[in-house]
Amino acid sequence: MNPVHQASPLAAALETAGAWVLALLWVLPLTYALWAAIHPSAYSAHFVLTAPLTVENFVKAWNAAPFARYFLNTFLLVTMILAAQLVLCTLAAYAFARFDFYGRDIVFLLVLLQLMIMPDVLIIENYRTMGALGVVDTIPAIGLPYMASAFGIFLLRQTFKTVPRELDEAARVEGAGPLQVLLKVYVPLARPIYIAYGLVSVSYHWNNFLWPLIITNSVSTRPLTVGLQIFASSDQGIDWSVITAATLMTSAPLLISFLLFQRQFVQSFMRAGIR
Amino acid sequence: MHGLDRGAAKPPPYQYAAIAAVTHLARPNGTRFRMTAHIHGWLLLLPAAVLLVTFTHYPAVATIIDSFFSTPRGQQTAAFVGLDNYQAMLDDPVFWRALGNNIVYTASVVPLTVALALLMAIWINGKISGRPFLRMSFFTPTVLPMIAVANIWLFFYSPGYGLIDQVFGLFGFTTHNWLGNEHTALACLIVVAIWKDAGFFMIFYLAALQQMSPQLAEAAALEGASRWYFFRRVTFPLLAPTTLFVLINAIINSFRLIDHIVVMTRGGPDNTTALLLFYIYEVGFKFWDTAYAATLTVVLLALLAVLAIGQFVFLDRRIHYQ
Amino acid sequence: MRYPKMKWLAPVVGAIFIALMSGATAKDVELSFYYPVAVGGPITKIIDGYAAAFEKDNPGIKIKAIYAGTYQDTLVKALTAFKSGEPPDIAVLLSTDMFTLIDEDAVTPFDALLKTDVDKAWIKSFYPAFMENSRTGGETWGIPFQRSTVIMFWNKDAFKAAGLPDKAPDNWDELVADGSKLTKRDAAGNVSQWAIEIPSTGFPYWLFQGLTTANDVRLMNQAGTQTYFDKPAVIQALQFWVDLSRKYKIQPTGTIEWGTTPKDFFERKTAIMWTSTGNLTNVRKNAPFAFGVAMLPAHHGRGSATGGGNFYLFKKMTDEKRAAALKFVKWMTTPERAADWGIATGYIAVRPDAWETPAMKKYVADFPAAALARDQLKYSVAELSTHDNQRVTKALNDGIQAALTGAKTSEQAMKDAQQEAARILRTYK
Repeated sequence: MNPVHQASPLAAALETAGAWVLALLWVLPLTYALWAAIHPSAYSAHFVLTAPLTVENFVKAWNAAPFARYFLNTFLLVTMILAAQLVLCTLAAYAFARFDFYGRDIVFLLVLLQLMIMPDVLIIENYRTMGALGVVDTIPAIGLPYMASAFGIFLLRQTFKTVPRELDEAARVEGAGPLQVLLKVYVPLARPIYIAYGLVSVSYHWNNFLWPLIITNSVSTRPLTVGLQIFASSDQGIDWSVITAATLMTSAPLLISFLLFQRQFVQSFMRAGIR
Repeated sequence: MHGLDRGAAKPPPYQYAAIAAVTHLARPNGTRFRMTAHIHGWLLLLPAAVLLVTFTHYPAVATIIDSFFSTPRGQQTAAFVGLDNYQAMLDDPVFWRALGNNIVYTASVVPLTVALALLMAIWINGKISGRPFLRMSFFTPTVLPMIAVANIWLFFYSPGYGLIDQVFGLFGFTTHNWLGNEHTALACLIVVAIWKDAGFFMIFYLAALQQMSPQLAEAAALEGASRWYFFRRVTFPLLAPTTLFVLINAIINSFRLIDHIVVMTRGGPDNTTALLLFYIYEVGFKFWDTAYAATLTVVLLALLAVLAIGQFVFLDRRIHYQ
Repeated sequence: MRYPKMKWLAPVVGAIFIALMSGATAKDVELSFYYPVAVGGPITKIIDGYAAAFEKDNPGIKIKAIYAGTYQDTLVKALTAFKSGEPPDIAVLLSTDMFTLIDEDAVTPFDALLKTDVDKAWIKSFYPAFMENSRTGGETWGIPFQRSTVIMFWNKDAFKAAGLPDKAPDNWDELVADGSKLTKRDAAGNVSQWAIEIPSTGFPYWLFQGLTTANDVRLMNQAGTQTYFDKPAVIQALQFWVDLSRKYKIQPTGTIEWGTTPKDFFERKTAIMWTSTGNLTNVRKNAPFAFGVAMLPAHHGRGSATGGGNFYLFKKMTDEKRAAALKFVKWMTTPERAADWGIATGYIAVRPDAWETPAMKKYVADFPAAALARDQLKYSVAELSTHDNQRVTKALNDGIQAALTGAKTSEQAMKDAQQEAARILRTYK
């Protein structure tokens, strides 16, 4: 906290030590993944500094499953969901923030319901719906339940509400229709929210597992998480060297971009003031 | 909510002033689009509404309806069975086990996650040395897929050569079958869940803390308030909206996220780690008893609905202030 | 106004996607073939190779292999596809899923399709142990293909170090006697090496059958309508499993993870492990010591349960397709192919004449362990399989785990399991 509150140096030192211990514990699984991935399988449970290094685990993992395809699927999935979310949530949030239409408040409450009852718990019925629509085992089917996001609508509505009416009116005076006003005035002003929301959405759907597991059947649709699980659960038992290598590969894009843009990551959250 | 109004983007002042001036010249009183507002509002809302109704409201209602019917099998179609599925549920020891487990799980994961998230945020917001490293470590679990890290935790918990037993072995403890023991298995999964989410919620606290005025702390320090007293009487109350948000999300996650169970225990040993959603998944997609799975889902929905009502009561108050 | 179109976008994208996925030409008979393996591994390559060779031998028939992951995943996928109106034509699924598939009215028996004497001889050419799980009610529903069984792997170095002869324990008494010598315990009670691990997560009932069969008792009837979990001999078998940990203290207490057992073996944490024959290749490659394989130890009887997958033919096929599908199944199970498959994967070649082929004879000469599973077959029984199989199996699994963790006595655990199984099965009588 604030320096003026600093207690005795001893207490401060203890606190720092505590923070570091916790941080080391927190980073331990990743550290282990690195260790196991770059050493031969025989060393996956023996931590000797003289252990030989190898890239073989990555090669094995890469060849053992069509990870390139899974990457593509995850990329398509995440992009599709995010694009749909941005469009749909922007339109809906704009309606809630600036249009006084019949039933608005009731509808808004109904939208907020999804904050609690997320698609993740409605797997049984949503599976049936997808079957009826004939889209089981397609990438859009993984994304559909998430595209209209109550969280996104809520966040953007709050932001749009802070935009001064005068800006809106000025644009309309120049002859802009509602959509042009939205694009020219509201969307640019909500940029930090879009970035923060985008980050949350991407990391959520990159890592989502249960619904994709249920709704996908084939290599051409499975995202990374499902591919990884199928790859890891073999009759032959667990080979941590290869699994950690696969883990690192599959989370590398998120992990690396996080490590590079750590500050910006955290800051966009703060600027967005999500809560 | 709270912080948005203060923290959200403001337009650059010059632009704001210029445009506002123009507006006032052109149109002194603002009666606009009243005729078309209803239509435009609904049109804008329509795409999102269609998807929301199809994948949230409809399935929620359909779940309840299905819970009164039997599961269609082979040539047999679904038949109305009244409360039979509910009776079966009340008689099902695994359901009670899963419900009990979920309550223990939620009651442990939520407070610990929130407390740790707050502690982490306070550390990182302060002048502690090595802040970038701390921030990175705390936040890293958030970007790793649960499905992947669960495999790593499986190694940590392995009896004998697993990391935990290796470390404990250095201090002379005997090996322990962490996941194979009915008393420790659920606790092991609780630890994984806390580890996964604390860093994520830390960010929200951090955002809130950074928006707090430093003058407050200075004033308190001048009056000789202790650090703990200041936290208890000033910081924590000011963080209340964030705490509520984090709390609700932590609770939802504790019902929603079962990836680690799929990888680490599959509900075992003897259902000691079965959570509600995992059991629903098992009944629905392993036993093919969709009607019974729907019945179980109704319980989960009811639990979430109670939480939702609580949240709405709170939100309603806030929304009216805007 | 572009936005109202948004709601159509996703289904449209979906439709395009589906269109891209199915690229079959109109003339050929295309058979969808669900196979339970994670994609990209060596097995997919073998299956792809067979499919290509079959297509070459049989112009006009195309095989579209769909690799769906684990057996469990594959069953889920096949059944949901069936329910949504696009059933697979052929699938390799667990032999134990037979009743589930019959109850869902999803599969066709083979017998009615077999017209010629050659066909009728073909269906009699498999090991009887494998057919136990492929027949019920006088009909044959599955054709054995990817079959395995539980065998015992033992660390020869550990036996030597413990001063034991170079021979695996042949019965329960020897197992306990050898086990006490193989368990390395220090003064503080820390165990650095256990004698034995019988894994008890995932599918404990399957390994349990290695104990019940040795105790000369069956777990269910052939019709799949009744279980015998509370018979004294079953309770005794479970008690022996529990005693390995609690009384003799030669096995870790609590449940033992299936997935980590091979690693435990390689790490010398256990001197003996029970696992699937499917692990032969894995152990051969990774064990840093000399190892042996042996039949499961006997008690009042001997044996273990067979496991693995059968070919099933799904309903809703045209006659033309069905004929093509039968042709494919027959092609896949000729003696030569069964031998080739067994050599390539470590699964047990499913018919006796496969073991008489020159290729198999040469393989067994080089690697005698491969024949052990075959030799154990004559003592083997069907894997636990009943109507509503997953549920009944779960009842038994839960009971086994409860006894192993000490939550219930063996007797209580099996009585509860039996009661639950009887409740589930009451509608099938």
